[in-house]
Amino acid sequence: MSQTVNTKRSQREAAGPYGKLGHSLNELDDRLGVAKGGRTFLDKIFPDHWSFMLGEIALYSFVVLLVTGIFLTLYYIPSQDLVTYTGSYLPLDGQKVTEAFASTVNLSFAVRAGLLMRQMHHWSCDIFVGAIVLHMGRVFFTGAFRKPRELNWTIGTTLLILAIVNGFLGYSLPDDLVSGTGIRIAYSIILSIPLVGSYVAIFLFGGNFPGTDIIPRFFILHVLIIPLIILGLVGAHMGLLVRQKHTQFPGKGKTEKNVVGSPMYPVFMAKTTGFMFVVTGVTALLGAFAQINPIWQFGPYTASRISYAVQPDWYMGFLDGALRIFPSWSFHSFGHTIPLEVTIPAVIFPGILFNLVMVWPAIERHITKDNELHNLLDRPSNRPKRTAAGVSVAVLCSMLFIASSTDVIANFLHLSLNTVLWAMRILCVVLPFLAYPVTYKICREMRAFAGAGKRKTPNVVMRTAEGEYLATAAPTYVDDDHHELEALTVPTFVQEPEVVAAEGGVRRVPR
Amino acid sequence: MSEHDQRTPVVLSTVSADDPRLQPAARHPELVEKVIAFTFIVGILLVAGFGACFWVNAAPWTLGATLGGGMTFLGVGLIAWGKYLMPRGPFVEERHTLASSPDERNAFAAAIAERGGSVVKRRKVLGGLLGAGMGIFGIVAAFPLVRSLGPLPKGTLFHTDWVKGTYLVDITGRRVHQDDLAIGSIVTVYPEGLENTDNGQAVDQTVLIRISNENFVTQKGRETWGPDGYVAYSKLCTHLGCPVGLYEQEMQLLVCPCHQSMFNVTNGCIPQFGPAPRPLPQLPLQIDSSGYLQSQSGFNQPVGPGFWERA
Repeated sequence: MSQTVNTKRSQREAAGPYGKLGHSLNELDDRLGVAKGGRTFLDKIFPDHWSFMLGEIALYSFVVLLVTGIFLTLYYIPSQDLVTYTGSYLPLDGQKVTEAFASTVNLSFAVRAGLLMRQMHHWSCDIFVGAIVLHMGRVFFTGAFRKPRELNWTIGTTLLILAIVNGFLGYSLPDDLVSGTGIRIAYSIILSIPLVGSYVAIFLFGGNFPGTDIIPRFFILHVLIIPLIILGLVGAHMGLLVRQKHTQFPGKGKTEKNVVGSPMYPVFMAKTTGFMFVVTGVTALLGAFAQINPIWQFGPYTASRISYAVQPDWYMGFLDGALRIFPSWSFHSFGHTIPLEVTIPAVIFPGILFNLVMVWPAIERHITKDNELHNLLDRPSNRPKRTAAGVSVAVLCSMLFIASSTDVIANFLHLSLNTVLWAMRILCVVLPFLAYPVTYKICREMRAFAGAGKRKTPNVVMRTAEGEYLATAAPTYVDDDHHELEALTVPTFVQEPEVVAAEGGVRRVPR
Repeated sequence: MSEHDQRTPVVLSTVSADDPRLQPAARHPELVEKVIAFTFIVGILLVAGFGACFWVNAAPWTLGATLGGGMTFLGVGLIAWGKYLMPRGPFVEERHTLASSPDERNAFAAAIAERGGSVVKRRKVLGGLLGAGMGIFGIVAAFPLVRSLGPLPKGTLFHTDWVKGTYLVDITGRRVHQDDLAIGSIVTVYPEGLENTDNGQAVDQTVLIRISNENFVTQKGRETWGPDGYVAYSKLCTHLGCPVGLYEQEMQLLVCPCHQSMFNVTNGCIPQFGPAPRPLPQLPLQIDSSGYLQSQSGFNQPVGPGFWERA
């Protein structure tokens, strides 16, 4: 055995053909054994389809939320102590406001890039929840939640609920007039829970509304506890995705036993990193040009003041709409009250809705008796009943969302509030029931139509001298053919083609 | 077989660089490369511009425009690079079955049930005691977590600070005189001394409306509650507790801006419209010898939204 001399040359030889990079990887592999797993990771295949990017939007807007949120915590003071505002926003000068409100106004006006960060934070929250909902729709309508991915569906639904809750908590933190009214409504909703409502509400608020504990408590929930749970669940969501591999739409060469698409490195990595930049960029542009939640215009929260024609963030809209249109059916008996006009739309309805979504994979498995593993996605039209059920729920939630602006609609259309209210009540009940058969029928028709969902190939139409029209298939472009190529296992080594020896006197110029 | 051989074998394959699947998707790669280079340069300039704008403390929209524009250009360039200039594929990988063989499953179940389970079965008392200990700890640990959060509700939700003889004051603490309000006017009033407290604002807030010049009766049994045409109602909506802040004078309605419940002022604030289930509680008023408004008593029922303990 020859003695190893630690010279530069021996180091270079030990590193092999890949130089310093190879040397570092060797050292790492000696200790952790990363080579094989690392390469499997780099070779990991991601199927290409635009709808798979919806989840990425959610992921990257969460990254934006974390970064901008950390910035905001450096300047925001979670306290309901009263201070006299003496900042640069003159209309509020000298007013008694809570520290939470004053610090939010200050970080908007006095901190460099503060307003941008705040608006980006708010926008990315709206985008986050929106992307989750769309991603969920994609997963639902294509059947991606089926065995073996039921657990990831449940995690995803939990993430949606947590995102909505944390959005509401964050929206409440500036302690402005509009968000304060939102907290008041939340308190009343908790009060409406039979038996334990008043205990839960008063424990949560540290006394009767408003008290001085709720902003600090919401703060710690908003910046630590719930983000931590979200982060953990996002990790689990991604981990399961890697372990179970991505689903794919059926197509040439795509089976239940393989994944066809682009490799993680470099193709998917380039696209997804670029996409992260774009999500961040668009959020920053929105933060720059689209004002959101100008709390200095709303003013500080005072329990006896109220603003008019304000709506909560969009993801709370369906709850607010349900509260508006539900009839005043309070239950009084046996010395107790159950405020059904609140309990049903704001507690029982969302409870049923989210539980139904959560257990849908089990329901569907029970109905279809299908216990197979599925890696190929459904076309929505091929599962008319599921699609119809999903559309029905989506229509219900959309109608409730619209119902959250009955007053604005009445104003805008010059109708009486009463007309709009009754119209929304009827639409919210009737349209979901109408949506089911209509969607079902459309799906059936689409399924019956041969070639449905396939891209139409272009034809060249010619008119002969006699006036006869002839259609022939247009010649395909070379690039359109590449999907017809047989999929290739990601190669480990790429061999440069042999250079053909040039003939004497002929110089070959690369094109 | 050595330990290493049992892992999934990884294929080490070599493919020639002129394989069509390794070619870029773009028809004119050189042109695309130029376009991407251009977007990268614009992106770099804008991101650098963000630094400059920050340095000189420029207006917020310039910060967002440069940062957002820069990130978007860089991102679009990178996506285009991945989409048009990198190997277009398609590539494939196998899906390996995640499920284990029946033997491995049985071995796993046996490890749990027999190795662990048999130990517990043999020492039932110990297992029971451990379970009891953990259970009791779980329950006891919840005490400080839950019970320390706040006081018990007791009468909190039933009572306001209005009692017999409390003077009505406005937000500045000034008592309301019988000549203060014109007919058709409204003012938010609080119990004297509490106008600037949380409880005074959130619980005791009351609207005072002057309907007429004479004693006004809103309902049977409330003959003396509205002296000189002054009537007072709790400002907390019985739906969700928002302040009922809008007074529609022509129709004599109080409107809650949150969910559009409407209450008829002349008729004991019975809900006319919307989701509110109960009338706004009325505060009986009287006028003292100097002409200032007082409450005759507190509200005759709990104010605000419904809750379980409310009769």
